[in-house]
Order: sequence, then structure tokens, then C-alpha cells
Amino acid sequence: MRVFFRELKSGFKSFSIWTLSIAFFVAIVMLMFPEMSGNMNALDESFANMGGFTDAFGLDVLKMTTAMGFYGIESGNIVGIGTAMYAALLGINSLAKEEGKHTAEFLISHPIKRSKIVTEKLSAVFFQIILMNLVIIGVAILSFQIIGEEIQMDQFLKLHLATFFMNIQLAAISFMISAFLKGGGAGIGLGLALSMYFLGIIANITDMAKDLKYITPFKYAEAAQIFSENKLLWDLIGIGMTVSIICILIAYWKFTRKDIAI
Amino acid sequence: MKKIIETFELTKYYGKHLGIKDINLSVHEGEIFGFIGSNGAGKSTTIRTLLGLINASSGKAEIFDKEISKNKEYILSHIGYMPSESNFYGDMRVGEVIKYSSQLRKLNCDEEAKKLVDRFELDAKKKISELSLGNRKKVNIVCAMQHKPKLYIFDEPTSGLDPLMQREFWDLVKERNKEGATVFLSSHILSEVQHYCHRAAIISNGSLVMTSAISEIIKSMAKRIVITGISSDFYVEGIKNLKVNGDVASFLYSGDINMILRELSKTEVKDLIITEPDLDEIFMYYYERSETR
Repeated sequence: MRVFFRELKSGFKSFSIWTLSIAFFVAIVMLMFPEMSGNMNALDESFANMGGFTDAFGLDVLKMTTAMGFYGIESGNIVGIGTAMYAALLGINSLAKEEGKHTAEFLISHPIKRSKIVTEKLSAVFFQIILMNLVIIGVAILSFQIIGEEIQMDQFLKLHLATFFMNIQLAAISFMISAFLKGGGAGIGLGLALSMYFLGIIANITDMAKDLKYITPFKYAEAAQIFSENKLLWDLIGIGMTVSIICILIAYWKFTRKDIAI
Repeated sequence: MKKIIETFELTKYYGKHLGIKDINLSVHEGEIFGFIGSNGAGKSTTIRTLLGLINASSGKAEIFDKEISKNKEYILSHIGYMPSESNFYGDMRVGEVIKYSSQLRKLNCDEEAKKLVDRFELDAKKKISELSLGNRKKVNIVCAMQHKPKLYIFDEPTSGLDPLMQREFWDLVKERNKEGATVFLSSHILSEVQHYCHRAAIISNGSLVMTSAISEIIKSMAKRIVITGISSDFYVEGIKNLKVNGDVASFLYSGDINMILRELSKTEVKDLIITEPDLDEIFMYYYERSETR
């Protein structure tokens, strides 16, 4: 477990900054809700009639005047994009940073199986994603309590469960890419997260692009769909988790065979 | 004698680019073996293939009679390795890196680590990112030697160390060798190979040029002859690397020494010195030969 703890320790600062930033914005947005809700009846109507823009963000389904609707639109986007970016960064840096920072020679010349290194690094990635999501969930619940609004726990937890799966999928894809890289790939990780986010928006706008839902994990982590139907899209999550498992297996396959760059 | 390292036609290509080709090498138990070559000759590629950091394109390597690709963990647990460049996690402290290294080996080496840290005058509390190249090298020495392995593999171990620390390092290597450890080291500092190694191999352009005992290498070579008081038309068939400065001539000669003496008897010689060439000259000799092949 030495590599696992080493990963947590070395990533602690970055983890704290990302998690606290996302949690902070979630809290700020929710604390603003009581003041904004009084002025939003008209906004709701406008938002519901903005064509593509409305479809893109599900504004016809989510009501900004309810605390849950407001949370789904505002915080849902902050949490979605924020955690997705961090999950992708975690995955992309995990294996590649050893070669990028020239520490791979030190690590791999010790008697530790490469597959064990992959397992411990992957566990550290997942552990940080789980912890980040728990902190954000905690802060969100606390924010609801502070503003005195009722939280519909069933929908709320479904949204966060879907967000967690989305994080796992992006981390797994990035982790696989990381096994092929010989140096830092932060740009690739962030690019991947943002591309998937925009693919989700495009899939909402036009029917022609509806098959994109099979590619982007943002589609099954969408507050509008989860809150309106109060169910998770298990078929898409199933595809996403299958992709994740395949990516992880490829990462094991590659990293246990690759020539380590010095 | 028991072989600790043995390679069979070990070959490594990086894509189309040749790293090493058909390396047949054996290092015996209890010896200090020098691996000599210029930059890019294939020293580090050979070492990294031995350690399983990179995969051989063909051929195989055995350490402790076990094939490296199939027994990596066992082999690495009995090796102390010092790479040519010492890179560690910049956010860690010296003591943490040394401890992490022993933990990765699932060993407690605190006592030996402390001795080595004191011996090499390291500050265990200092951050790695604040260390000079020489001090990072010292951290590497401690990591490679704290668990007292059976085999040490050093890739250019003294580069970056000051002369005092170099001597301390060699003293330590000799101590461990006396205790029975085998040492395989690469270097392009020929004097240290000549001074400390029992046998050596020379590698050039990815291929082994020769392997032999240091004393044999030197014996089998041409002699360096310096003559003072020589006439300007002095010449003997087979002399190499002739340098004339006034009435002093210096050259390498591997033929019949009587030919030289006969030639010298015709003139009034003031001084005659016949020495064995140092390893630098031998290295250059073999290099030139391999380049012209």
C-alpha cells in the first residue's frame, strides 16, 4: 500500500484545492438561492423558451424557482464539470507523471510488480474521487439546511451517484491514456473532460447527434433527466462502466509491458 | 566460478534505432566489473535491460541464474541500483525517500541507513528539491546500499560527486565487495575502472568490443615508449601515435622490442622510458579499431 499512500500524500494539495473550490462554489450558489428565487418567476419562463439553449441545459424541465431545480442547473453544472476535470486530471497524471518527472526509474527498480503499481495508483485515483464526491455531497446538504430548503434526497443522491459514475469513466479513460504517455498529459485530460461536456450539450440540442449519448458520460449524469424521471439511465451507465473496465484492463496490459522512459 | 549476471545475444532496438546488439556478457560472483563506453555507446541500455526497465528485442539476460523477464521481483529484491541520473520525488525529504525505498523492499533498514547518511554527510531533513546533483547522488547511494544486497549495479556512480565523496564511495564499494557482494558498474572514467575493477568490458556503438581482466587488457596492449635524444629521421615499422617534440619522441609499439633496440643502438640516446599505457589509451585504441571495422 506504499504507492497508494504516497499518491494520496503527493496529491493532497491538489485534491484539497479542487475539492474545496468546487464545494465552495456549490455553497455560494445555494446560499444565493433565497435572494434570487423571488425574482426568478419571469426568468423561468424566459429560460423555458430559448430554443437550443433551453434544450442544451434542460431549462424546460428544471425550475429555477425551486431549490432542487436551482441546484440541478447551477450546482449540477459546477459539480459536473469541476469533478469531471479533476477526475480526468487524476487519471491522466497517475502513471505518466512517474516518467514525466523521471521518478519511474527509481520506482520500477524496486521489487514491486508493475501490476501492483497500477492497482495502487488506480485505487488512489478512485479513493480521491470518492472522497471528493462525499465532501461535495456533505457541503451541498449543509447548504440546503442553511437556507432552510427541503432536499429531495432520492433525486439528489441519484444525481450524485450518476456524477460519481461519470467521474469514474473519465478517470478510467484518462488512466488508460496515461499508461501510453511518457510524460505529463494534463492538457489531454482537461481536453477530454471538456470535449465530453460539450458533446453532452450537442446531444441535447439536436436529434441528429443523439447517438452521442453513448459516448459522453455527461448524458447519464444530467440533472434535468434524473430529476424529471427520478431514475438513472442504467443502460448508458452500463456502457460507461464497461468502457471503464476495458480502459483499465488496457492500462494494466500496457504498463506491465512498456519500456519505461527515463 | 558462479555467474551472477549472464547475457545471451542481448539486443535492444528503439524502433529502428539500435541500442545494443548481441551482447554476451558474464559477471562472476565476488568481482567488481567495469563497463566502459562513451556516451550513447549502450551502457545504460544494457543496464536498464538487465533490470527489466526496458524489454530486450531479442536474446535474454539472467541474474542469479534466473531470467529477468520472468523473475523481476526476486532479482530486484537482491539488487542495489544506482541510475546515472538521480531523480526523486521533489516534495519528499531525504529521510522520507530513503525510508520509502526500504518500505518498497518491505525491509527495515533504519540502522544501516543512518550509518550511510552520516558517512555521506547527508541532511535527512532536507527537501529533495533543495539538493545539489552531488547530494542527490548520495541519496541514491544510500537507497542502493542500505539493504546490503548481493549485487550492486551502478550506472556512472561517481559523476557529480566531489573527490572526497568519490573516495568514500569507493571505500564503501570495496568493503561490500570484501563481504562478498558482486558489483557491476558503468563508467567512462577509465582511471577508476583501472583502479577498482577486476575485469572490464568495452562497448562501442551498441556492441561489445572486448572483455577481459584489467591486468590482461593492459598487458596485451602496446607499450608506450618515450625516447629522448633521437634523430629526426627515427622510424620503426609498426609504431603508432608518434609524437615528436624536439628530440623527444613518444609512440605506441606492439611489435618486437628488439627492432626498437637495434634502431636505437645506431644513435646516442639520452633517455628511454617503456611503460604500459593507461586505460584511456587502450580505450581509444579499441574504439578506433571498432570504428574502422
